[in-house]
Amino acid sequence: MSDSASRSLNQQWDLVIKSKAGFFQFNFRELWSYRDLLWLLVRRDFVSFYKQTILGPLWFFIQPLFTTITYTFIFGNLAGISTDGLPQPLFYMAGITAWNYFSECLTKTSTVFKDNANVFGKVYFPRLIMPLSIVLSNLIRFGVQMVMFVILMSIYWMKGASFQFTPAVFLFPLLVILMALLGLGTGMIISALTTKYRDLSFLVTFGVQLLMYATTVVYPLTAAPAKYKWLIVLNPMTAIIETLRYGFLGHGSFSWLSLGISTAITLFFTITGIIIFNKVERNFIDTV
Amino acid sequence: MSVAIQVVNLSKAYQLGQIGTGTLSRDIERWWAMKRGKEDPFLRIGEVNERTTLSKSNIVWSLRDINFEIEEGDAVGIIGRNGAGKSTLLKLLSRVTSPTSGTIKVRGRIASLLEVGTGFHPELTGKENIYLNGAILGMRKKEIDRKLDEIVDFAGVERYVDTPVKRYSSGMYVRLAFAVAAHLDSEIMIVDEVLAVGDVEFQKKCLGKLGDLSKVEGRTVLFVSHNISSLRTLCKKGLLLENGYNKLFDTIDNTIETYLNVHSTDNFSSIRGNKNVRIKDIKYNNKRNKIHLSIFDSISFEIQLENDSPKPLAGMELFAIIYDDFGGDVASYFSKDFDQTFEIDKERTIKGKVEFNYKPGTYYLSFGLFDKDKQFLDWVQDTVSIEVEELFFPDKKIFDKRLGKVFLGQRNIEIYD
Repeated sequence: MSDSASRSLNQQWDLVIKSKAGFFQFNFRELWSYRDLLWLLVRRDFVSFYKQTILGPLWFFIQPLFTTITYTFIFGNLAGISTDGLPQPLFYMAGITAWNYFSECLTKTSTVFKDNANVFGKVYFPRLIMPLSIVLSNLIRFGVQMVMFVILMSIYWMKGASFQFTPAVFLFPLLVILMALLGLGTGMIISALTTKYRDLSFLVTFGVQLLMYATTVVYPLTAAPAKYKWLIVLNPMTAIIETLRYGFLGHGSFSWLSLGISTAITLFFTITGIIIFNKVERNFIDTV
Repeated sequence: MSVAIQVVNLSKAYQLGQIGTGTLSRDIERWWAMKRGKEDPFLRIGEVNERTTLSKSNIVWSLRDINFEIEEGDAVGIIGRNGAGKSTLLKLLSRVTSPTSGTIKVRGRIASLLEVGTGFHPELTGKENIYLNGAILGMRKKEIDRKLDEIVDFAGVERYVDTPVKRYSSGMYVRLAFAVAAHLDSEIMIVDEVLAVGDVEFQKKCLGKLGDLSKVEGRTVLFVSHNISSLRTLCKKGLLLENGYNKLFDTIDNTIETYLNVHSTDNFSSIRGNKNVRIKDIKYNNKRNKIHLSIFDSISFEIQLENDSPKPLAGMELFAIIYDDFGGDVASYFSKDFDQTFEIDKERTIKGKVEFNYKPGTYYLSFGLFDKDKQFLDWVQDTVSIEVEELFFPDKKIFDKRLGKVFLGQRNIEIYD
């Protein structure tokens, strides 16, 4: 018992549970110690997704492919909206892939408390693990779709379409992080609100759809109506998608300023999201 | 011995009435109603009156100023009636929710088993679920690697580790789930009645394993159960909660004793008729207070009657009524239905027994007498509280949650093939 005796001498507690947490309490060490759980949750999402479907991972390709075809037909051919001189499918697919990642992160994170109320009500682990696992799970899907995008690029390149990489392509990792954080941050803010108001979750799916049209997914920023341009520029996803298109296809409105603003807005949402999330996670189970 | 858990002035309040209605439109509706000076249309009246002393503030204290220290290696049973705050205390200790005031200080890792199989996914295989569930409970992957064989062996699912758990029988499922939980390495284990899983044989194994945790491995165990006998075997100390207050923290035997006595009805409340015959005393299983039963157990009773008048009385009818915890009458018996009457000279006892084929829960038994003209002689109410607590049928099947209060046995229902 020398071990316990020495431990009782220095009255060190491993854990102190108090009524109030600090304003910004972020226990990174604890989060890190649960990294295996994060990985296992990502694996669970992936495995259960393809086990429950007939076509399995093919769904990762089918959805963006068909959306691209639909958009090419409706917005490109019927409405005749400009694509900055790029091949229409490439233009749309770049926007769709990025937008899908962001919107999936957002909608899934926004229901994280409701979806996991059962687990959260029984076991403690850093709640942030759940939204993080959502962001990472979707990253796999995003990665697969990016591969498809690159394949489509090479097909068009062989056909002699005019586009080229620009150095901005090296910003790609940053863009991915920004999208993930933006989806995570806004999702967490909404998730906190939906624990109190369930009807907000209907608004989210609808809102995300509307928001897509305020982002340069189906039109280039150059074609945006001047009256609303400021609104579209203020949307942090616009700068991300424009940079992505500029990096991979050489066409798009890239500027360090708008990317900087986008980063600032993203960080603001992320930090706000974490603060609100931490506040809600402590007691949300009482109100569910 | 050093202290593993120190709880200081711990309180937890739940807000009632003004709790969020759940939808924005209703909140707006409420706000609008209040604005016009009308009543809150969504106030839940029943809940507010639950604890009368605090009803004005709309706040219910589920736990109030709890203080205790648990030493390393102690096995502590948490006892109390439904609503005494047991679950709340467990939730606070396992950090599922946070306290309203006060602190909990813990030395060592806490593993809380408020449920087995948390986070199990039906599509994943047994092995994948062991990893996932273990990680949710706080294990690292390499810890699980090390214990995998032991877990699989304990659950007895060697042949099916690579089968999705949705194909498991419910017995296999809970065995696997418990096995993961039982192999946690945490210094402190918080266990909520989860061991009522699987068949009787496996349940014994679970109980044995839980006993080993504190007795052999020297771990600190907090255990909540309604099952007095398993509390007695597993625990050294007991914490008795009553209406959110810490009533007693003592040895397990003393705590159980106090718990049983607090809720026995010492006062014999009877409604006297205007006749001379009265019920003097009733003994159940030779006891007078709380009785714990398994489903289908019988209670034997001895009713002592006294006749104050010099004349003997004949043709008396006995009746019995069983009430549930909420005061609803569950069943009744009248001896005249079976042409059975009783006579008394000076005094006498009536002996009998009654079988409890009721769902687990608390019941109250009441006896009374009519004379031969259906005139009321005496009626004794709530003489004993009967806790039907086992979750098993005699043939070892699990008593799953089902409707109704009464179980229909083979005597009551017959199925023609």
